Amino acid sequence: MAGFIIFLLVLLVFVIIYQIGKSSELASIIRGEEYVKLKTNRTIASLFVVFFILGIYGIWKCNEYFKGMMLPVAACKTGERYDSMFMVTLAVTGVVFFATQAVLFWFAFKYQSSEKRKSSYFFSHSNSLEVIWTTIPAIAMTILVAIGLRNWFEVTAPAPANAMVVEIVGKQFNWLVRYPGKDNELGVRDFRKINDANNVLGLDWSDPHNADDIISATGEMHLVVNRPVKLLIGSRDVIHDVGLPHFRLKMDAVPGISSTLSFTPTITTAEMKTKTGNPDFVYEIACDQLCGSGHYSMRGTIIVETQEEYDAWMAKQPTYYSNNKPTEVKPVAGNTTEKAEPKATEKAMIN
Amino acid sequence: MNNAAITLDGSHLSHPAISNDHHAEEHHAHEHHEQHFVWKYIFSQDHKMISKQFIITGIIWAIIGALFSVFFRLQLGFPDTSFPIMEKMLGEWAKGGKLTPEFYYALVTMHGTILVFFVLTAGLSGTFANLLIPLQIGARDMASPFMNMLSYWFFFLSSVFMLVSLFVETGPASGGWTTYPPLSALKEASKGAGLGMDLWLISMALFVVSSLLGGLNYISTVLNMRTKGMTMTRMPLTVWALLFTAVLGVLSFPVLFSGFVLLIFDRNFGTSFYLSEIFIGGKALSHIGGSAILYQHLFWFLGHPEVYIIMLPGMGMASEILSINSRKPIFGYFAMIISLVGITFLAFVVWAHHMFVTGMSPFLGSVFVLLTLCIAVPSAVKVFNWLTTLWRGNIRYNVQMCFAIGFVSLFISGGLTGIFLGNSALDIHLHDTYFVIAHFHIVMGVSGIFGMFAGIYHWFPKMFGRFLNSTLGYIHFFVTIIGAYLIFWPMHYEGIAGMPRRYYDISSWQSFKQFQPINGFISIVSIIVFAVQLLFVFNFFFSIFRGRKMTTKNPWGATSLEWTTDIHPIHGNWEGDIPEVHRWPYDYKDDGNGGDFIPQTVPLRPGEENHK
Ligand code: HEM
Ligand SMILES: [Cu+2]
Ligand SMILES: [Cu+2]
Repeated sequence: MAGFIIFLLVLLVFVIIYQIGKSSELASIIRGEEYVKLKTNRTIASLFVVFFILGIYGIWKCNEYFKGMMLPVAACKTGERYDSMFMVTLAVTGVVFFATQAVLFWFAFKYQSSEKRKSSYFFSHSNSLEVIWTTIPAIAMTILVAIGLRNWFEVTAPAPANAMVVEIVGKQFNWLVRYPGKDNELGVRDFRKINDANNVLGLDWSDPHNADDIISATGEMHLVVNRPVKLLIGSRDVIHDVGLPHFRLKMDAVPGISSTLSFTPTITTAEMKTKTGNPDFVYEIACDQLCGSGHYSMRGTIIVETQEEYDAWMAKQPTYYSNNKPTEVKPVAGNTTEKAEPKATEKAMIN
Repeated sequence: MNNAAITLDGSHLSHPAISNDHHAEEHHAHEHHEQHFVWKYIFSQDHKMISKQFIITGIIWAIIGALFSVFFRLQLGFPDTSFPIMEKMLGEWAKGGKLTPEFYYALVTMHGTILVFFVLTAGLSGTFANLLIPLQIGARDMASPFMNMLSYWFFFLSSVFMLVSLFVETGPASGGWTTYPPLSALKEASKGAGLGMDLWLISMALFVVSSLLGGLNYISTVLNMRTKGMTMTRMPLTVWALLFTAVLGVLSFPVLFSGFVLLIFDRNFGTSFYLSEIFIGGKALSHIGGSAILYQHLFWFLGHPEVYIIMLPGMGMASEILSINSRKPIFGYFAMIISLVGITFLAFVVWAHHMFVTGMSPFLGSVFVLLTLCIAVPSAVKVFNWLTTLWRGNIRYNVQMCFAIGFVSLFISGGLTGIFLGNSALDIHLHDTYFVIAHFHIVMGVSGIFGMFAGIYHWFPKMFGRFLNSTLGYIHFFVTIIGAYLIFWPMHYEGIAGMPRRYYDISSWQSFKQFQPINGFISIVSIIVFAVQLLFVFNFFFSIFRGRKMTTKNPWGATSLEWTTDIHPIHGNWEGDIPEVHRWPYDYKDDGNGGDFIPQTVPLRPGEENHK
């Protein structure tokens, strides 16, 4: 009922505005259509100028407002490159933005029809102008593409041989992180062996490399500062995305396909806490691909620390095997009875 | 060549053969009244009536789609507040006045689908291609009025399925408007992947059929049914733009269709086109060897052209309206056509810029970077030509002119952010953040709809013989443009800060929770903007019956042919012969008698040169 009354009230307001509008149109016929038209013209043209000026002021205000809310400095080398390329692009597009918008609203005001301006200037085309304003954007784009591709190949370059390898696998709705353990090698996994009770990643226990692997289901990833890392990214169910805003990186996690990201963190979590003045600072892993109703809560974290801290932490981690001893199959060193097929994940790596 | 003896029959149900022949004397204007209500208003084959059907259906969808955005903006802006009104309207999906995450995603998905496809594709092209193509090229109707009618009714059927999907128990599709599998393929993955998703796919398949029937018709009409003297280079830019819109649709919708068919197979018949190595709902599925990325290629092969399907009609109409109201020819008519060709061609070869971070080969990515940034060039050319059209004009500010200028402003703002996203090295951080939301809402959502509004204010008199109220129009314009910038400008910052799109709640995120207050602000503005759109809807429907009546045939002083028809044109458009065309459509210059324009039907004066 209340809804209906509100509806009627809104309708009434609309009708009233409409009638006011209509009467002003009628008045215009009495006062002389021409006069009113010019007056409307002047008002609207001036409003455009006001809009432009307030807009510029608004942009400035908006900048002020967001200062201090944005991301801190990039926490890896490619991220620094990213930020500088972003600023270059912002400068180029910013100049174009202000120039074209200013011209648009300036023309809109200047060339309004008025008592003085009663006709237009017949000017239908100019090939030289077209050539100029085709060439200039083309050059600008070439430069941006050149910078972009240089950075792109750098950021997608294969990880250096000494990189530590960490696997991160998405599932609805959390991240599973696996470290290769002492042998420095991740064992084979098979989605058919997954079992939420005691084998979340489907580790194939017939592969000895799995015996010392370490899995964190809390979504916390530990990395060593200044040590290159290669993330092997996968998914158990639907597409997720490993979003690392502080490193200016992201990569999809697609079931059946393995993708990678490699980077070198340069700032530890502790340093970042002092840099940002935020004692709660933490590097976050945000899922960036809609993956279902819990997408927004699919949060992981990264702790970047020194080698010593990392080693100390690592020493305390139990192997996944020790915590989840499978009853059926024991890891067999060397030969295997069950033939482990090479996994698609291994085959389809992009780098 | 010119239409001689092409009859527009096939309309034996509604209207006895209207001959398209120039000299045919058998125009049955008097039989006009004899049509039965059903054939005149419902199963009409008159392109003008079909265009009204499209716009009214489009407006209804627009209200639904926009209302959904208000609901989920309430959640985003005020996650801790309960809104009893939502519970009233949405029932158990908003228990206690708060959306459930599942339904939040369903609303987001429906909002996107409805606005992209039903409003800005069918509602926009359907309305204006139907209205303007025959009227502006001087044809009595479409090449096939019957197919044209089918095009609307397939759209209607598609709408019915989509509407029904809103009411099924597990809710409508909730995997985003792009409906990526496996999320959309597996019933275990989300509630919305159940019956809602099946209905979504059926609806969209029907939609593709509608869009193809329409598109083929528009193309053949433009190519074959132009009146005498209407060479291709004498067509208004609206017709050019609508032609390329149809070309884009006809060449890319079938690919989407095949993508959907494969998805239907994966969902129901056990195939593995998109599925491989999945463990979900407590068990490992038997699917092996498919690729989830394949779907994205098929989807974006339409998806990118689709954004230009939305943009081009607005570009055409804005060109026309800017020129008419500057009382000046459009600047660089041929450059405008060439840039349309460029955009149309490039639109087919940039799709993978939506997929830079899918794990695609970096080399392939770099090719798409290059092609994508090429598109910025013809886009820039268009902007410069619009600006120069205003230069030294004699500008009249009716409502449609305001919207056309707003269109240009928004197109610039949104196009420039495309340059960030098109560069994979920058997209790797910006992808799927609010920066993308800001980009495409400004460039496609708002700019596209500004083009549509401009068109509506401009051609409403042609459709209904009355004017929209302009006071309401000015209010509508200024509140909408200010609101649009207030809503979307701050989202760029959120995106640069890495805030992901499609997050139901950000309160648990250390890096993003500081944006909660600004989200509240955005939500408030969006409610105001929504209210003003209702004001427009009111204006639209009220003016159909109560608007100021049109008293002259050509109220805006335009040169093109649609304004030579009667105030209430008959089915067949011109009572007598179809007018002959003698000049290009942009002769806004002294006509020698104190007028400032020369209609296309006026023969060249002695010594006057044809525009080249
Ligand atoms: C200068 C020209 C443009 C360039 C270079 C460009 C580039 C891009 C890129 C690279 C993306 C993908 C971003 C991402 O998901 O990470 C994107 C998204 C998008 N663009 Fe553009 N764009 C341009 C103009 C347009 C126009 C004119 C429209 C619409 C008429 C448009 C509509 C969209 C839409 C709808 C999306 C997002 C789709 C989604 O993920 O839901 N863009 N644009
Ligand atoms: Cu997710
Ligand atoms: Cu695109």
